[in-house]
Amino acid sequence: MVGLLEYAVIGGILYGLFFSLIGIGLNLIFGVMRIINLAHGQFIMLGGFGAYLLSRDLGLNPLFGIPLAIAGAIVIGYPLYYAVVPRLQKSHDPEMLSFILFFGIAQIIEALAVFGFGADQRSLPGDALGAGNLGVLGQEFPDSWWVAVLVSVLAIGGLYGYFARTKLGYATRAIMADRDEARATGINVDRVSAIAFVMGLALAGAAGVFVPYLLGSVSPDIGTGLTTTSFAIIIIGSLGNPLGTVVGGLVFGLGTMLMQTFYASWSNLVPYVLLVVIVLIRPSGLLGKAVRHA
Amino acid sequence: MRDRGAWPGIVVVVLLAVVFLILPHVYGNQSLLFQMMTFVVLTQGLNLLYGFTGYLPFGYVGFFGAGAYATSLLVLHTDLPVIACVIGGGIGSIVIAIILGPLLRLSGAYFSIANLAASQIMFFVVSNGNLSKITGGPYGLKIDRVYAPEASYLTMLAILLLATGLAAYFRASRFGLGLRAMTQDPVSAAMAGIDVVRQRVLVWLASAGIAGLAGGTYAWNLSVFYPDAVFTLQISVFAIVFALFGGVGTVIGPIIGAASLYLLYNGIGISFPQGFELLYGALIVLLVLFLPNGVSSLLTRRGVRVF
Repeated sequence: MVGLLEYAVIGGILYGLFFSLIGIGLNLIFGVMRIINLAHGQFIMLGGFGAYLLSRDLGLNPLFGIPLAIAGAIVIGYPLYYAVVPRLQKSHDPEMLSFILFFGIAQIIEALAVFGFGADQRSLPGDALGAGNLGVLGQEFPDSWWVAVLVSVLAIGGLYGYFARTKLGYATRAIMADRDEARATGINVDRVSAIAFVMGLALAGAAGVFVPYLLGSVSPDIGTGLTTTSFAIIIIGSLGNPLGTVVGGLVFGLGTMLMQTFYASWSNLVPYVLLVVIVLIRPSGLLGKAVRHA
Repeated sequence: MRDRGAWPGIVVVVLLAVVFLILPHVYGNQSLLFQMMTFVVLTQGLNLLYGFTGYLPFGYVGFFGAGAYATSLLVLHTDLPVIACVIGGGIGSIVIAIILGPLLRLSGAYFSIANLAASQIMFFVVSNGNLSKITGGPYGLKIDRVYAPEASYLTMLAILLLATGLAAYFRASRFGLGLRAMTQDPVSAAMAGIDVVRQRVLVWLASAGIAGLAGGTYAWNLSVFYPDAVFTLQISVFAIVFALFGGVGTVIGPIIGAASLYLLYNGIGISFPQGFELLYGALIVLLVLFLPNGVSSLLTRRGVRVF
């Protein structure tokens, strides 16, 4: 019994760190643009298929999926940003309209993914990220989990460094704090936002590379579930703050692993229950904007 | 429109009744007509909430599924007439809506996503194997001993008229005027003496009740169903797309949107679902960018007042 608990806790931390990476792109885009990228999960899914195709057709290590995700995010993200985001921000309710619009984009991506990749579940070769297990406190987890966690920590740390140390990062934070004032101080809001948008998509795609390992497989229909889970994670943490997403990821990871270990048949409820409970008990505390004014 | 009082609403309701009473005699596939009515009802029910309060219930299907299960359980465990069980399904959904009422404290997208999560919770609970003694778990429920396609068709028609009547009431009454005011500016509306919270909750319960009645009747018409059949997110999605396409906040927009797109879905979507998914995905994007008030706004722009 003690072994099981340790397994669940350590596994939950690893799983949670990875899910911080899953959620952080959504958080970044929301924080900077007040745009809800409801196609977030579909971009994660595309990252997973990118890694799958690289590995199957070119025999490359799936890790090359990460540069591919970044390239893909640039190619898709810039045109998409300029096509829809400035237009949405001029509308009367950017949050709600972006929610609906990106839902449409999610459906388009999902349909195209079925055309392109087929509706089947695909997995990656199990030994491509190391065939062994690595243990902590006597609890062993596959190497692929550790690689995913390492990449997640590096990516989130990198994002933190970007905010804390670079000029663009300062500008991004200024826009998060107040879009209009940032514009008044001479920041090129559209350019900085576009970069944040592309970064958000790239982070989603990079997370997708590890989805076949952590979730077993990738298929075109996983997007909506991943989007909802990401929402739960960034709402548990706080919006606009990368460290908040890590907290959210850890709560989700620990909750899921504990449920899987002790009440396996109910574990799929975890992200949804967490989401509803959190938004109901802390609607203003964890996200200032979630309160109605009357 | 308001100066014409209740007339436009009565005209629409009577027209719908006539059309759906005559259609089965002209067109043989009654189950297609039933499905179409189901989607018109759901689209109108979603329009009641989204069109008149601005709250988009992404998990609207949760009320539909709850109604289907509540009705079926009443059929299985009581001797009530089926109609009473369907009404029980509506009440069951209203009870769920009361429990979920605090979600209305959230705004915009948070409400939508939390409502989606709530419908997923209902689905996972109902389809969980541990509850298979009560809900049938993943195998669903079977109420084929009350199977009655004619009676369930007429019941769905009655619900359609009820939903349309409610929309017409929201469109033409003082209550509806208050709704429109509070959607535009809740604070000023409250200052003007509108009980914002009470009105919003009433609309929420009405919208949930419509979905519950529709779910119960749908279960009755199918008589055997899996949990996925009444809880699939696709039902919410269709209702949203159909409503946006027709034009939310009107009475006839959702009817036209649901009827036309459902026929399109029936034409290409069932044999070629990805093609239809691609189409409505693109449709959503184009609607939000260029026609946020749906096709009925094409008329509005030309000076025709769409009811």
